[in-house]
Amino acid sequence: MKKYIINLFGCSLFFISFFVSVNVLAQTDPLIEKVSQKLAQVNDYVAEGTMKTDVSFIKASLGKVKVYFKKPNLLKVKKEGGISLLPRGGVSLTINTLLNTKQYTTIPSGTQVLNGKNVTVIKLIPTDDNLDWVISTLWIDPVEALVYKTATTTKENGSYEITMQYGEYAQQGLASKIIFSFNTKDYKLPNGITLEFGDEDPAAKKKALKNKKGTIEITYSKYTINKGIPNNIF
Amino acid sequence: MSVIKVQHISKHFGSLKAVDDLSFEVQAGQVFGFLGQNGSGKSTTIRMLLSLIHPSSGSIEIFGQSIEKNRAAILEQVGAIIERPDLYPYLSAKEHLHLFAKVRRQKIPITAIEETLEKVGLANRANDKVQTFSLGMKQRLGIAIALVHNPSLIILDEPTNGLDPQGIADIRELIKKLAIEEGKTVFVSSHLLSEIEQVANQILIIHHGKKMVEGVTKELLDPQKRIVQIKTMNDAGTLQVIVAGSFSNYLLPRKEGIFLKIPTYEIPLLNESLIKAGVSLLGIETKNSLEDYFLQITSNA
Amino acid sequence: MWSLIQIELYKIFRRPRTYIAFGAIAALIVVIQLGLKIDGDTYAAFLMKDINDTLTVDGKVLNGYLICYILLQLLLVHVPLLVALIAADMISGEANLGTLRLLFSTPFSRTQWVLAKFIAASVYTILLLIWLAFLALFVSMWVFGTDDLFLMKSNYVVLIEQNDVLWRYVGAFVFASFSLLTVTSLGFLMSSMANNSIGPIVGTMSAIVFFTILSTLNIPLFTVIKPYLFTTHMNNWKEFFDIQVNDSNEAIHGSVLNIPKIKNSLIVLTLHIILFVSASIIIIKKKDILS
Repeated sequence: MKKYIINLFGCSLFFISFFVSVNVLAQTDPLIEKVSQKLAQVNDYVAEGTMKTDVSFIKASLGKVKVYFKKPNLLKVKKEGGISLLPRGGVSLTINTLLNTKQYTTIPSGTQVLNGKNVTVIKLIPTDDNLDWVISTLWIDPVEALVYKTATTTKENGSYEITMQYGEYAQQGLASKIIFSFNTKDYKLPNGITLEFGDEDPAAKKKALKNKKGTIEITYSKYTINKGIPNNIF
Repeated sequence: MSVIKVQHISKHFGSLKAVDDLSFEVQAGQVFGFLGQNGSGKSTTIRMLLSLIHPSSGSIEIFGQSIEKNRAAILEQVGAIIERPDLYPYLSAKEHLHLFAKVRRQKIPITAIEETLEKVGLANRANDKVQTFSLGMKQRLGIAIALVHNPSLIILDEPTNGLDPQGIADIRELIKKLAIEEGKTVFVSSHLLSEIEQVANQILIIHHGKKMVEGVTKELLDPQKRIVQIKTMNDAGTLQVIVAGSFSNYLLPRKEGIFLKIPTYEIPLLNESLIKAGVSLLGIETKNSLEDYFLQITSNA
Repeated sequence: MWSLIQIELYKIFRRPRTYIAFGAIAALIVVIQLGLKIDGDTYAAFLMKDINDTLTVDGKVLNGYLICYILLQLLLVHVPLLVALIAADMISGEANLGTLRLLFSTPFSRTQWVLAKFIAASVYTILLLIWLAFLALFVSMWVFGTDDLFLMKSNYVVLIEQNDVLWRYVGAFVFASFSLLTVTSLGFLMSSMANNSIGPIVGTMSAIVFFTILSTLNIPLFTVIKPYLFTTHMNNWKEFFDIQVNDSNEAIHGSVLNIPKIKNSLIVLTLHIILFVSASIIIIKKKDILS
């Protein structure tokens, strides 16, 4: 179980903080280097926030989370006293994989307008067939040197997107809100197991069928940066 | 004063008439013997007295009140055992008495429980579970339950069932004591005349749910009187002669034939009257005692 | 009346048979707890197969709260059978033993005796439920610890925060007491009609099994009568563990999805209890005690 703790939020953060910097080393892209420099200011942080799970077949309330990060590749999302649901995609696409293999190339893919903002699009393609992900796209604001969105396609865990919003901690390249979107699969347990033989709630059934897209979002309220974190947290 | 007054009660179970137009009265302080073979309707009658069975017709008054209307007040003063001594096998004798003492309005002291156990000879087995008891011991405990709240009317249905001769004698003494020393009214049923005749002042014999004989024990068992059965070709004509000859007081109600309980010295007079009246007599059979009579009616069943 | 209840309770708890149900529940719960303690992760993984395709669940899923829910799901189907063992014996057992005539020839009325017996049987039922709650909830909490309740239902998953769980169990147990009292009253009704124990016990168990099957079959013919069957409503304690969501799909802390459904079920069950007990009283009052 423990190895699954690192999630795609983590993934997203690493994506911003390390993947990009590694890429800079691989193929010196000026924009990615700029992003990398920004991120290099942060050695570690503890971020507090609230996590919202919006998956059609899940009823969960907002939960308080703490996100721990430490250079070069340690990240953990902890829900304060409770069970947390984290996107599975992040598990196969660990930062370790990205950092250690260094086997990808970057392809500048022009510019786009994202939420009224001009952004530069850069695609990353792994050069090693053993890697789980197939392609990843980054939407970067060239002026602020901030990654606003990533879209990744994996071999086994489908595709997912991460959208970032920035606020108080934009100077350090840290997002104030991260929205993780992913495709969900069908959920169904046989009545014989759940022992629910009554009439099915038609509203719940309808709702379950309606939306196949799941999102999980974390809104950060506070970052504590560069204060040191013991390794046993991770 | 009548403690029990039963008027024309009947009980039908489908087509079976368990009790058929039965009437009797029990006076205060009496030991009333209720005699009949097994299945004669004794227990059904007793259950009606205790409102366990609803009569199909007729009325029952106890202490001058209708049992239907004043059940609680009446039963407060009644103690009873009914047929078999069925009890809770997992409870002790003492626990039984404690439980049944609780269902009375007045508070029954622990000493009363101990005294009652002593009275029925179970003091040394007070804490033993009933499942270890013999039938006789259960019977004694049943009687103890009937007595624990010091009732003024005690109804005992076959109280000597399962008892050994000593036990039977003990119960007999107990009944006498309850009536004579404590002034209680005892209604006791049995299928054995020998048990009843020694304790009862009054006896009623029931057969197939109908009253056969009722009377004061001394008179019924009077050696000076004989029960005779007149066997004739013409019962109706014979009865007319009996009534005309002033023998009607001796008639016993029986549908099987003509029975009279008649002083021995009057038997020849009866014979003579019948012959004079031209009754075709087949014979006059003399029964030696109530026991014979009882045995006869019960063996005819 | 109080003394009659005391007498009936005394008799119930002096009888060895009474403790069979307590023993059976303890044995079942301990076996299931042991099984889940040893191999619970496999069971949880099986349940979460579909979820794990999309999400990683982090935390103590197999905690005391979930164990209790699993136990209740399993046991609240079977506990009625144990309740029937005592309730259906309350009157007929005494008729069979021959002690009913002793009781009914006391100054208390038959109605009082029947009510006292029903109350005593109800106390037994509630104690059985408390025993079940103690073992299933508190022992599970102790053995497995606590965390959020991650509940996998047929069509969706409910994640209830741990500080929002305990009151739901209180509600569920109160609801379950109504369910079990319905069984008690049914057993009682059967008991009032017979002079032996086996018939009413088997009769009550059969009725529960029969109606449960009707309640669980989604056949249009039965759908019409389903709302009137007590067995349909007996399982609605689960409604306490379904939660409302707001427009942005956030679960609302402390909410219950379908309160009217719970209320309706409680009304139906209560009506059944009143009906069964009243019928028992009428039958017993009219009955000739021949045993």
